Amino acid sequence: MSRRIQQGGRLIDRAQRESFAFNGRQMSGFAGDTLASALLANDQMMMGRSFKYHRPRGPVASGAEEPNALVGLSAGARFEPNQRTTTTEIYTGLTARSQNHWPSLDYDIGALNGFLSPFLPAGFYYKTFMHPRPLWKALFEPVIRHSAGLGKAPTEGDADRYEHFYFFADVMIVGGGIAGLQAALAAGRAGAKVLLIEQTAHWGGRAPVDGVMIGGKPADEWIAATLDTLNAMDNVTLRSRTMGAGVYDHGYALAYERCEDAVPQARGPRHRLWRVRAGQIITATGAIERPLSFPGNDVPGVMLASAVRDYLVNWAVAVGKRTVIVTNNDDAYRTAIALHDAGEAVPVIVDARPDAKGPLPERARALGIRIEQGCGLSGVKGGKRVTGAQICRQSGAGAVIEEVPCDAIAMSGGWSPVVHLWSHCGGKLTWDDAQAHFRPDPSRPPIGHDGAGFVIAAGSANGEMLAGACLQDGDAAGKAAIKALGLKAKGGAIAQAEAEGEHPMMPVWLMPADATPELKMKIFLDYQNDVKLSDVQLAAREGYESVEHTKRYTTLGMATDQGKLSNINGLAALSQALGADIPDVGTTTFRPPYTPISIGSIAGEARGPIFQPIRQTPMHAWHSENGADFEPVGQWRRPYCYLRDGETRADAVTREVRNTRQAVGLLDASTLGKLVVKGPDAGKLLDLVYTNMMSTLKPGNCRYGLMCNDNGFLIDDGVVARIDDQTFLCHTTTGGAERIHAHLEEWLQTEWWDMQAYVANLTEQYAQIAVVGPKARTVLEKLGGMDVGRDTLPFMGWAEGELAGIPARVYRISFSGELSFEVAVPASRGQEFWNKCLAAGAEFGIMPYGTEALHVLRAEKGFIMIGDETDGTVIPQDLGLNWAISKKKDDFIGKRAQQRSHMTDPNRWKLVGLETLDGTPLEDGAYAIAEGTNANGQRKTQGRVTSTYYSPTLDRGIAMGLVLNGPDRMGEVLEFTRTDRPPQHARIVDAVFYDKEGEKQNV
Amino acid sequence: MSDPATPLNGAHYAGYVTIAEAAPRGMITLRGDLGDKGFAKVVKAVTGLALPGQREFAAKGDFAVAWMSPDELLVLCTYDRANAVVADLTAQLGDLHSLAVNVSDARALIEITGDDAREVLAKLAPVDLSPGAFGPGQIRRSRLAQVPAAFWMTDTGFQLVCFRSVADYVFEALSTVAQPGSRVGALV
Repeated sequence: MSRRIQQGGRLIDRAQRESFAFNGRQMSGFAGDTLASALLANDQMMMGRSFKYHRPRGPVASGAEEPNALVGLSAGARFEPNQRTTTTEIYTGLTARSQNHWPSLDYDIGALNGFLSPFLPAGFYYKTFMHPRPLWKALFEPVIRHSAGLGKAPTEGDADRYEHFYFFADVMIVGGGIAGLQAALAAGRAGAKVLLIEQTAHWGGRAPVDGVMIGGKPADEWIAATLDTLNAMDNVTLRSRTMGAGVYDHGYALAYERCEDAVPQARGPRHRLWRVRAGQIITATGAIERPLSFPGNDVPGVMLASAVRDYLVNWAVAVGKRTVIVTNNDDAYRTAIALHDAGEAVPVIVDARPDAKGPLPERARALGIRIEQGCGLSGVKGGKRVTGAQICRQSGAGAVIEEVPCDAIAMSGGWSPVVHLWSHCGGKLTWDDAQAHFRPDPSRPPIGHDGAGFVIAAGSANGEMLAGACLQDGDAAGKAAIKALGLKAKGGAIAQAEAEGEHPMMPVWLMPADATPELKMKIFLDYQNDVKLSDVQLAAREGYESVEHTKRYTTLGMATDQGKLSNINGLAALSQALGADIPDVGTTTFRPPYTPISIGSIAGEARGPIFQPIRQTPMHAWHSENGADFEPVGQWRRPYCYLRDGETRADAVTREVRNTRQAVGLLDASTLGKLVVKGPDAGKLLDLVYTNMMSTLKPGNCRYGLMCNDNGFLIDDGVVARIDDQTFLCHTTTGGAERIHAHLEEWLQTEWWDMQAYVANLTEQYAQIAVVGPKARTVLEKLGGMDVGRDTLPFMGWAEGELAGIPARVYRISFSGELSFEVAVPASRGQEFWNKCLAAGAEFGIMPYGTEALHVLRAEKGFIMIGDETDGTVIPQDLGLNWAISKKKDDFIGKRAQQRSHMTDPNRWKLVGLETLDGTPLEDGAYAIAEGTNANGQRKTQGRVTSTYYSPTLDRGIAMGLVLNGPDRMGEVLEFTRTDRPPQHARIVDAVFYDKEGEKQNV
Repeated sequence: MSDPATPLNGAHYAGYVTIAEAAPRGMITLRGDLGDKGFAKVVKAVTGLALPGQREFAAKGDFAVAWMSPDELLVLCTYDRANAVVADLTAQLGDLHSLAVNVSDARALIEITGDDAREVLAKLAPVDLSPGAFGPGQIRRSRLAQVPAAFWMTDTGFQLVCFRSVADYVFEALSTVAQPGSRVGALV
């Protein structure tokens, strides 16, 4: 059984008890416990079931690499699935539930999959459920989805808060073990701005657990003193519980801070994502021990030797009463010795090497621990918990020599440097034969903007596995970073670290070496995804030679742990099966984040009301209070219509259109872009960016213009007002303001830098209010202050003055076909002007109208709308706007493109009006059907609807559309598609449905 | 004239720093050749301030001048005088190619005050806000969460300008990250 022992536990505070619940059962632990150590202290070894076969599983590791011991934490709005018990700090009130079982952890129906496992090899789903296809959606997928998966998705919105934090450092050091601390000392002493982060709550990494002595004292003392030194440096920032999640281009890195995980009811953010820019990044991320591939290596109680040691030394938890050690290296002997020193039984150390003669094995021998050399395990007794280990010759096929009763097995297959962060941005690896692992290749680091490396690996992350070398390497990394930054390294002695030397390990990728196929089916490589050695061998036999393909075929390394334990063993198995060398097979790609980070931390503050910016006009609050039914227009919210009691949207739009045609309407047009262009070359610039002539426009006048891109396609339209000789005000569409501003700046800055013209975006300086309808002039006259008479302010003119005491610029332009004035006033007085218009217009029946009425009004007049009649592939000529394309100008943006053969093709679809025979509106986006089918068997088309509305003015459906040879086919009836209904007939007509002579806007 | 309607109606939030709409200020976009001596002379004559260098912010009396780009300045003055200052600048610049426009109403002006004002901004703007990198006399045009913004330091914290239409968004974003209990403590 696993239990708390009386002495030790460097990370726990026995004075402070914390109580928590696991699967509804109350348990207790100490402050400083992880959920895993606390569960083990309560003899809860089994913590979950596996993904595919639902096998009982307990923790294998003690840290971030844990694949098995995942739980769902908390409940309701704080529920979070797939959390590693090994990295979760306990607190009173914590609730955890194990995953992937039904009805209970102990009795699980899904475990039947285990009996079927011979029939569920790699690729089983691909092979089996490919055909018949219709069954996939109806039958296979739902069944598989039910049986697969780990934790369940949360069902409520996250109750917690998250944030980002931008930080800049000369040197960012990831990993607070002794290498990272020493690197921070070296960089900090030189005066660099240093950020040192550590993913756990504790500094110093493995050194204290491994009994390392530094400067003649236990590592803990050196760590404490070093932290004091670093904390005293103003230029060094230390952050624990902060994981280096990813390294990206140009020294950008993400660090994931768990601020409130351990104090969940606190007011602050739960997680904080640090977005760091660093000159140099040092990855001192340590190393991860590898499991050994022997049959039964997934039975609860089989753990990494380092984890067994961690639980013992850090948390005073003995994972078993009798622990068998199985290893291929000296390091695991530290676990045996630590257990022995704590008075725990170690019946045997099974060492695959023929000779174990290093200082550590010798010490174990001297302590009287039995060592079996040249041996391995060919089986593990027990289902939900280890009950015995079956010893065999490593070199054989697995014949059992002896069965040793035990309740825990500590395994070590050697160590792999954590090269993830080194690799994220392109750092390359080299295979170290002696240590049988990939380590960073210092000659091929991730490269920054200057062609020089910006990541330096240090300590055991760099393959320096012994404490002394680790410390030296950390120092060298710190100094190398300083040098790379052009700073001067300062002296400062490096403490000498001592740890027992180690004799070479022996790579063991299969235990026993000639395991029978039956045994191989019990050897697990990837615990979380239940990938077995036999699966990888099958993939190799089926022709999967690339490690990337094998990964996807077998799902090796694709679980939430991303194969931290399984990758090297898996690719070693693949290389053996392929008869290739491991470095030739290579690794899969390491991608951020290092371990999963919360979605909340990625979103940061961007949720709820500030999920994205919503732009508001000066009259937005009034709209909200007066029935506005908003629609998004770019990032703006504009009133679609203003609903009155009992009205539908359609009712409201009809009312607003009729009122505007018959009396007077008020439109908030503030969102329209307003770009001022000034300079001696302003006219020249505008002649180039608009298709029509703008330089001839007289001050006081307005002109409608079109803008195209250099491919000739229409990108924006609007009215240009000439303010004075050198100044124009260009109106753009609502969505076009920033885009067109950038378009003008780009041409000015990159191509026409010699032109004298400045552009400024004044969109938000003004509230722009359109007063529209037969009574519009009467309303303005009642406001008083300006002569807006037909002759003083004619159609397409503008004037400046004061209306109702408010400074105003009045443009007599019309997007509705009615008598219309657009009045620009300072934004701060927009609401005041709006109110005055409403008051003055009350007796004339003034009503605000929304964007839908605006659309209907313009469609009745055949006016195009950017984004409806255009979609990025439409040229002005398609829309019958040839009148707005100057033939006098030598050039304008898009002119040459519009002369290309495809642009002048007479068969381009062209704009026409459409009138349904039955009077009901056409469907939005409907296609006009043509005879025959295309190569794909689809019905041919000859046009499409671009705008379609019910016209209250004409009491019928009206539409515009682009139709093949449309303008030449007036009166012809076409068939238009409808969803789930037979096609609808519509006649091609002139696009101007209302007031064809344009008399109404000209009164 | 009546008091202008400000975008935030005087909003105020007291978190671990204070976020508050500032009193309206006159703001003028002034574009021209910053290398031209005549241009600098006019700016000096109108505002009493020399041209600021790259990313600099200079203030004196009612005026402040901030560098916005290699050919753009932001001139701050009292709100009521903005049109007069535009006219003055335009008149004095005469034939010199330039553009001066009143943008006071196009912007919202927000103050962030308190000991930790730096880090509250650093939660939303990708800018090195440590004292060694950013201080009084500087301006940064950057991104604040998802929108453009510019800010400079005052005796008590920062002043920040953003577009008027997103004033609510910016105020809410700042207030969200300024909630009590969110101190980072890393920008010292």
